[in-house]
Amino acid sequence: MIFGFSLTFLLTATLTVAGALAAAMLRNLVHCALSLTVTFGGLALLYLQLGAQFAGFSQILVYIGAVAILVVFAILLTRGAGIPEYRGFSTSWFFGLVIASAVFALLTWSVVRSLPASAATAAPSVTVQSIGASLMSTYVLPLEIVAVVLTVALIGAVIVAMPESRAPKSEAESSGAK
Amino acid sequence: MSLANQLDQIFVFLQHWIEGFFPQWLQPGVGALIAVIGIVATFPAIFAVTTVLERKGLGRIQNRLGPNRVGPLGILQPVADGIKSLTKEDIVPRSADGVVHFLAPVVLVVAIFLGYAVLPVGRNMVLMNMDAGLLFFFAIGASTELSIFMAGWSSRNKYSLLGALRAVAQMISYEVPLLLSSVVAVMMTGSLSTVKIVEAQGGFTGIFPHWYVFTPWGFAGFILFVIAALAETNRSPFDLPEGESELVAGYFTEYSGFKFALFFLGEYLGMLSIAGFAITLFLGGWGAPFSFLGFMPSWAWFFLKLFAAIFFFIWLRGTLPRLRQDQLMNFAWKFMLPMTLLNLLVAGAWRFLGDGWSRWVICSLVLLFAYVLLGRVLMRHQHLGPRSYRYAE
Amino acid sequence: MNSLAAYLVLAALVFAIGLAISLTRRNAILVLIGIELMLNAANLNLIAFWRYGPHPAAHGDGLTGMMFAIFSIAVAAAEAAVGLGLIIAYHRHTKTTDLDAMTRMKG
Repeated sequence: MIFGFSLTFLLTATLTVAGALAAAMLRNLVHCALSLTVTFGGLALLYLQLGAQFAGFSQILVYIGAVAILVVFAILLTRGAGIPEYRGFSTSWFFGLVIASAVFALLTWSVVRSLPASAATAAPSVTVQSIGASLMSTYVLPLEIVAVVLTVALIGAVIVAMPESRAPKSEAESSGAK
Repeated sequence: MSLANQLDQIFVFLQHWIEGFFPQWLQPGVGALIAVIGIVATFPAIFAVTTVLERKGLGRIQNRLGPNRVGPLGILQPVADGIKSLTKEDIVPRSADGVVHFLAPVVLVVAIFLGYAVLPVGRNMVLMNMDAGLLFFFAIGASTELSIFMAGWSSRNKYSLLGALRAVAQMISYEVPLLLSSVVAVMMTGSLSTVKIVEAQGGFTGIFPHWYVFTPWGFAGFILFVIAALAETNRSPFDLPEGESELVAGYFTEYSGFKFALFFLGEYLGMLSIAGFAITLFLGGWGAPFSFLGFMPSWAWFFLKLFAAIFFFIWLRGTLPRLRQDQLMNFAWKFMLPMTLLNLLVAGAWRFLGDGWSRWVICSLVLLFAYVLLGRVLMRHQHLGPRSYRYAE
Repeated sequence: MNSLAAYLVLAALVFAIGLAISLTRRNAILVLIGIELMLNAANLNLIAFWRYGPHPAAHGDGLTGMMFAIFSIAVAAAEAAVGLGLIIAYHRHTKTTDLDAMTRMKG
């Protein structure tokens, strides 16, 4: 079933864009976070359509299973939930919209102008075993660096978000008591 | 084809026979639809049986009879429960967020049913033989956390929100040991496909099977996986988020009628699916426990093992007291995570030590030593003495 | 317009929407949501080019696009964690997440 593109592509693309637009325009923060989750799901479906099984399932596991929950927890911890923002858009929203439209126009123009008429190639055959083998041979350096980055980010996020320690207060008390 | 083989593949023959009535281009879709109908019919039926077993079993453990009014020995209780939940009034709090409140049980049940797609219930009986099947299951399991949060937040109730936050924190904490303890089985098989993992455990030495649970790293991995699975599905002793004596009913306090039944269904189906995966990864899936028992159909073995797992979960629920929130978080991050990482190391060492009795001894000793040492280190500040009572004067 | 162009235009659209979110909304967490959308659009670009482009086995076993996307997913998750930690710390200090009020460097 092709209306120029396949029906599944059109449906998942509509779902993705609808989720992104809802995240842009809704007032309630938690609703924005949940529509962001819908967008992540739509993108995962697009990866699966492109034959990237591993990337699609990793997208669901990492983004929907971790990043979306992180965003929702941050919304709750900063008391943003339940109170719809009465001034949801910033004072300079028009210029932001103009810039975003200009970026979209530029990207679309460059894509449409530069691609050849047909780019159909055979789908690459990829198995999880080949991904594992290449992760351990060709991409072992990025793998180790990403591991270090994740560890540093984990420790850094915990330190940044931790409540401040009581050490200065106890010093003042002990010096005041003397 | 022998009778045992025919019985083994009876559902596959049924599927092909029904497919034969449809034209060629429609056959894969019809085959998948039949498998889906099979899953949707079987596992909720097992859920109904599980509810009766649980209530009678818990009753007997607690020295009382379970429900025994509806039907002989109370086995028709699920029918009564179903009629009750369908006919109860659906109360939605006025300040609740309508759309999210409605969608939360739907998302949960859809995500849980999706997880059954890669579960091999018998030889050639899996809905989708995906190359990255196990990753699919864990990815879908991670999506259920979001629906629990949606349920707790949309109810606009402090206790629901607290229960939802506790449940999500618990599920995220135990997700890491769950994945790491299953990576051991993946590593030794060399594939993420559930069908290949089951087939790799299909051999026999003498009469004993090659199940992963009979190796030191597999045994440790199995225990860690089962503990993490209990915590993932909010099952006792990790059921603080839904503890009846703690938070009314936790994140589904404000749900009544059919939506509550959907949450209940989702939770039990999640328990069944993760028990199914524990069986697939460590207990040999649909394989027979002894080589001379191979005449029984593969799906019969799978469901027997599933019922054994359900019985074990019910037994645990009736026996162990509930863990406090900080105790279970400590347990996840300080005990289970190091143990799963050590298990990975031991499994690697197992592969490199070569065949022989020495690797059994070395791996078991390393795991036992780590377990005892970690336990001692973590408990050194706890002063547990005999229980003391204080009575009113 | 072939399929590759369709995926690239879709990625450009999601990127533009993410950019619009980051530039027009008032809450700091929504800015982070916009950034995540932009990263996801870039990932979609990577995987679309991997699928429809040449696959020289000499360069990264023919898996370059997918590997790049997987590493990008991991790094984006780390960056989201740090960014949200920063927002939580700032909120603890000033009790607000309103970007139009975060105009001073004085703590």
